[in-house]
Amino acid sequence: MPTITTLIWIAVVLLLVGVYLSWTAGRLDRLHARIDAARAALDAQLLRRASIAQELATAGVLDPASSMVLYQAAHDARSAEEEQREVAESELSQALRAVFEEDEQVAAVRAAPGGEEATGELAASVRRVPMARRFHNDAVRAARALRRHRKVRWFRLAGHAPFPLAFEMDDEPPAPLAERDGNGGRTTHG
Amino acid sequence: MRIGIVCPYSWDVPGGVQFHIRDLAEHLGGLGHEVSVLAPSDDETVLPPYVVSAGRAVPVPYNGSVARLNFGLLSAARVRRWVHDGDFDVLHIHEPAAPSLALLTCWAARGPIVATFHTSNPRSRAMIAAYPILQSALEKISARIAVSEYARRTLVEHLGGDAVVIPNGVDVGFFARAEPKPEWQGTPDAPTIGFIGRIDEPRKGLPVLMEALPKILDEQPGTRLLVAGRGDEEEAVAALPAGMRERVEFLGMVSDEDKARLLRSVDLYVAPNTGGESFGIILVEAMSAGAPVLASDLDAFAQVLDAGSAGELFANEDPGALASAAVRLLRSPAAREELTARGGRHVRRFDWQTVGADILAVYETVTDGAASVAPDERTGLRARLGLARD
Repeated sequence: MPTITTLIWIAVVLLLVGVYLSWTAGRLDRLHARIDAARAALDAQLLRRASIAQELATAGVLDPASSMVLYQAAHDARSAEEEQREVAESELSQALRAVFEEDEQVAAVRAAPGGEEATGELAASVRRVPMARRFHNDAVRAARALRRHRKVRWFRLAGHAPFPLAFEMDDEPPAPLAERDGNGGRTTHG
Repeated sequence: MRIGIVCPYSWDVPGGVQFHIRDLAEHLGGLGHEVSVLAPSDDETVLPPYVVSAGRAVPVPYNGSVARLNFGLLSAARVRRWVHDGDFDVLHIHEPAAPSLALLTCWAARGPIVATFHTSNPRSRAMIAAYPILQSALEKISARIAVSEYARRTLVEHLGGDAVVIPNGVDVGFFARAEPKPEWQGTPDAPTIGFIGRIDEPRKGLPVLMEALPKILDEQPGTRLLVAGRGDEEEAVAALPAGMRERVEFLGMVSDEDKARLLRSVDLYVAPNTGGESFGIILVEAMSAGAPVLASDLDAFAQVLDAGSAGELFANEDPGALASAAVRLLRSPAAREELTARGGRHVRRFDWQTVGADILAVYETVTDGAASVAPDERTGLRARLGLARD
């Protein structure tokens, strides 16, 4: 009975294809979960950076002009709409660089009461933002590579999950605050 | 924080990656974190309390040389048990792109995984063949660290994606505090040059230095060259004129303490490596000990020496350039002092204080709000069939 043999073969092939597709769907699911976690971590770091910047701006340790620039940038970054977020965060990076461009400024903040702690916190957060962003964009790149594949598009394995987007911003830290670090974290592409 | 670190190479064989993991584990342990290291080792080896053996590594030919690796179901089961028992907040694996314990861990565990890429291996044939499997395992890594900008570039080219650069750590204080040894110290007329590395490994560059030596001795006849490292001493000096051979002193293998004392004593440290370096920890050690450094202009070295401002660079594999740079430095104590001062400032970024804080920052970034590490229970075939019938 050749038809039965053929049917069995077709069933076997379908089964194997099914197993493969379900494995791929599992992989994709894991990648999406990784992006969500990385995005949450990035949001947390950005928020931390904006908070400490705002704190410094209102602490009265900076001159009034620097305070205003920093306060405005930090406020905009925290309250930005999703579409404006990358621009607002980049502007905060620029404002931080402009205010903390010189070693003297950093030294002055350190000398103020509680300034040592605040500078340490700011230095940590300007270092961690590029880290978190790199990890996020790395996950996005992996998911995009898989989602562009034929098998994923044809069988709609991604379901209704939105196509992942990288978070692009200028995250270069102010030089005096980045000094203790190695050579990393200074590049702004991602 | 409970941290699980996976060492890809045998614990009982000395090597850069092993030392890095040992120092990292001890540094993190000193900060009060719970650290467990999974490493291949022979059963006889006495391990520090924080190391768990993953069994003996098997020598197999791979990628043109014999590598000692762990693989197979037995190793995978051990990894799973370690991951399960450790209940880690974060896993830190090293060299995941080689067929090693690290790759196995990546495959057998889920949760926040940090990976450090040490060497910049060109993409191998086996890697291309295994790419679909490798890819799905490497996709689990939440954060990648490269030890230098150079290593990061190769990583991006071969695997795509991105990584943060955190350099290897050095215990700067250990080298800075070492006691100089009078017989290794030079005088203005008879300065000493130091070299540390395998004598019979051409990529470490001793032949280049030997070729440059006659010219250095012509200009500065009292100079002594101190060579520390394993290899055939007769063969190393064979190319030198007979009268000059006595200017080279071989110290053989030296202990960590003697290495530090040697670097503290010499008037100039020369690193003539011709390739195959992705970082250059020895340069950082030399700068920590206050030795002026003269190194070949490999990408990795140029980066460690801050493009030549923390140490002098010469054109790679050019004995003439090496000789003239060495003579210039040996003749000018002021230039050497300047290099020592700049090197001393520059190495602070490689101190474990700084490097450890950066690595912890990476751990904190990936564990923020994430579940802890657990063995990856593969979906059973039945569950898959259930899904497949949809």
